[in-house]
Parts: sequence; structure tokens; C-alpha cells
Amino acid sequence: MKYKLTCQPGSSLQQLTGNWRNQYPEIDHEKCIGCQKCIWVCPEGICFLTGRKNKAGKIFAEKDLAYCKGCGICARECPVKAITMAKEAKNSNK
Amino acid sequence: MKIFIGGLKAVAQTVANCQPQVISAYPITPQTHVVEELAKLKSAGKLTAEYIRAESEFSAASIVLGAAATGVRTYTATSSQGLLLMTEVLFNIAGMRLPVVMTCANRSVSAPINIWNDQQDSLTVRDAGWQFWYAENNQEACDLHVQAFKVAESTQLPVIVNLDGFVLTHLTEEVDIPEAAKIKRFLPAYRPVEFLNPQKPQTFGPLVGPADYFEIRQELHEDLIKSQKNTLQVGREFKKVFGRAGNTLIDGYKLADAQIVLVSFGSVIGTMREVVDELRAKGVKVGILKIITYRPFPTELIIKALAKAKIIAVVEKDISLGGQGILATDLKAHAGQKLKAPISSFVVGLGGRDVTKETIKKIIKLAPKATTTAVTFVG
Repeated sequence: MKYKLTCQPGSSLQQLTGNWRNQYPEIDHEKCIGCQKCIWVCPEGICFLTGRKNKAGKIFAEKDLAYCKGCGICARECPVKAITMAKEAKNSNK
Repeated sequence: MKIFIGGLKAVAQTVANCQPQVISAYPITPQTHVVEELAKLKSAGKLTAEYIRAESEFSAASIVLGAAATGVRTYTATSSQGLLLMTEVLFNIAGMRLPVVMTCANRSVSAPINIWNDQQDSLTVRDAGWQFWYAENNQEACDLHVQAFKVAESTQLPVIVNLDGFVLTHLTEEVDIPEAAKIKRFLPAYRPVEFLNPQKPQTFGPLVGPADYFEIRQELHEDLIKSQKNTLQVGREFKKVFGRAGNTLIDGYKLADAQIVLVSFGSVIGTMREVVDELRAKGVKVGILKIITYRPFPTELIIKALAKAKIIAVVEKDISLGGQGILATDLKAHAGQKLKAPISSFVVGLGGRDVTKETIKKIIKLAPKATTTAVTFVG
């Protein structure tokens, strides 16, 4: 057997899945109320709280685009419409 | 020592003598006796293997997959609907190159529901990357299992050993069960190349993208083709230790001057031998080509064996619905261009319909004028 069919731990760090998407979420930090709904609904676990506060004093969320597949569930579920999906220019064909 | 014993009981005792470390199966007619006997051996303390009862064939196959990945010798058995339920796992076992050995008690596929013998179940999953071996009688079934462990483990390719449901599984006849002591000499302990180990974690069956999947599948195919050499070598070693013929991929019966050649596999070969003897006595030049290893397809040996045939009749208990007999289709695709004789496809014995000497004689009579572009049913 020429090909090694097993892989070592940590392969997800090398296998980024962000280039699968054709749209990505933009989060309006000022609108965000820090409710964490995007964190619960994201199938890839790429939404997280930044620990930083916006002008309204809310800890706002951010996303990790290295693994975001652009499904848009976060934007659909956000109760204050702080997330909008933008068209991916660079990775649209990958 | 020859004893008078039921087919699957003999297979179970042979498998026990091969000392698998994990056995998992779900009972299904006509395979049940093999797991029943292994469970009995386990409860009597005569089997060291872990015996894991599963709640379905999908689970049984998944359990032996996982067990094989930890680097131990594994065994399972099934039939018909059970084999089809395993389909997804069959591809995974082969794709992960895990040397599982399985017995398939060949039975028809629903609907209509039918528990009797044909070979539709096994041939329906022939593209899964396993080696498919077929036994003509219970002695051969036992002997093939011993060789299956050795070939599977040395090629990292799983093997399904097929024997006809009821016709063989429920037949009581004389069998010389390969003894544990001889098996120990013939079959070395399994030494896996890679295995699951909590101290050194790794992933089996990871995601592979378009950049590598193609070559990995190509390698699986090429290694299957190459495994024929290994099977022949193991067959020769088997003969040395046990004194009986090993897996020779194919076998001929009175082929040298045969004008009409019957090509088939499994227990029906026994009936064919009697017909050939009878017709030979009357001067009809008939012969048999028996396929023992169906996958990988032994193309080269078959072409050589059929080179002098004038008429080739493929006889099988299965069909690619909407096409022809599956073996006939394979034979035409692999060897048709290299053979002068017309190849006709005869389907017999579906759902346990008896294939008698008269059935075979009828086929021999029909063969010279039979169509080569469609299937002929002989019920």
C-alpha cells in the first residue's frame, strides 16, 4: 500500500473548510446584543463571543471564517438582524 | 479426521480453530447455524474470542470494522437482506483496508420474500472492494475460510466466503475440519500495519478530497487485482499443509477437449460434474469451468481455460435485472474480446428452484443456438 489511510490528531487545523462557502456572515457589532443564539445554531461552531463590549455595553459576537461554510443559519436566526450574508468574491468557485 | 457434520457447524468449528479475537453477527436464515455454533463454543469455554451480539447486520458489520481497526482478527456471517443491510459498512471495511473475514450463506433477495438459495445477495455487492470466494461443497467452504484469514491479513483486503444456503449450509456430509494445530502452522498471528491505540491516537477513514480520493480508489482496485498472486501462493501453501487443493481462483473439469463449456460457481458445479460424466460416456464433449474467486475477476486464467471452447454457456443463480446474468456480463466484459466462442447467459435456480441434472442437460441442448444478447431463463 502506497497510500497511508490513517491520519494523526490535529488534521482539522490543516483542513480549513472556509473555502467551501459562497457567502459569509457580517456581524454588526453595534447591533449585537450578545444573546449567543448564533453560537448555539452554528453547525460548524464558528461563532464566538469576543469578550469586548460595544457602545451599548453588550459583549458582541464574531465569526471564524477559516471554517465558516456560509450556510447563513446565524443570519436567519439572529433576533436583532445584526448578521447579514455577503457574497464571497475570492472563494466562490472553490 | 473426517466426520459427518452439518455445513455451517463445520464452518463454525473451522472459524473457531482459526482463533478470531472478535466475532459479531446477527442471525438470519440460512446463516443462523454458524453463529449459533460459535456462541455455543464460546459458552462452553472453547472459544477465546469476544462474542458480541448485535441488534442488526449493520451493527454487526460496524462492530467487526471497529474491532479490526484495533488490530485483531475478526469474523462475521450473514445472508441475503442482512448482507444488503451491511452494504455501506462493506465499502467502509474495504476502503479502510481492514481484513475482516465473512461467511455469506447465499440466499435470494426480497421481494417477494424468500429464504431459499440463489446467489443474488453476494453478487449485488460485488463492487464493494472485497474478495468474493465461492465454495462448491462443505469441505471447500471450510478450507476457503482458513485461507481467507491468511489472504485477507496479508493483503489488507477483506474476504467473503460464500456457500449456497440450504444446499450446503443445511447439508450434512463428510468433512475433514482443518485442525487447530495445523492451522497454527499455516496461519500466522495477525500483525496489523496500523491500529487504533489510545496511546498514539489516529483517525481511520478520514475525509479525503478530490486531490487524493481518486488514487486511493485506484490503488484499492490494483491491490485487489494483485491479490490473485497472493491467493494462489496461499492456496499452494494450504495444499502442502493440509493435503487438499487450495484456492486456485478457477478450476476446470474435463476442459482439455471440451467443445461446450459450462461456466458457473458454487454447489451447482457438483450436479454439473455428474451430467458431464454421463454425457461424456455418450461421446458429448462437455466440460466445466468453475469460478472459485469471483472478485478479483481471474481474467487471465479464464481466457486460457476457455481458449479452445466452441460454445460457452454461463449458468448462474442471479441476474442483473434489466441486463443479463451477472457472471455472464462479467465474463463478456473481461474475456469476450479474447474468446472465439459465443457466450450465452442462462439463469437458473432463483429463490431455491431446484437445479437438477435435467436442468443442466436442457442448457447443454439449448446452448448451441442460444442468444448471446439476452438472458435465457431455465426454470
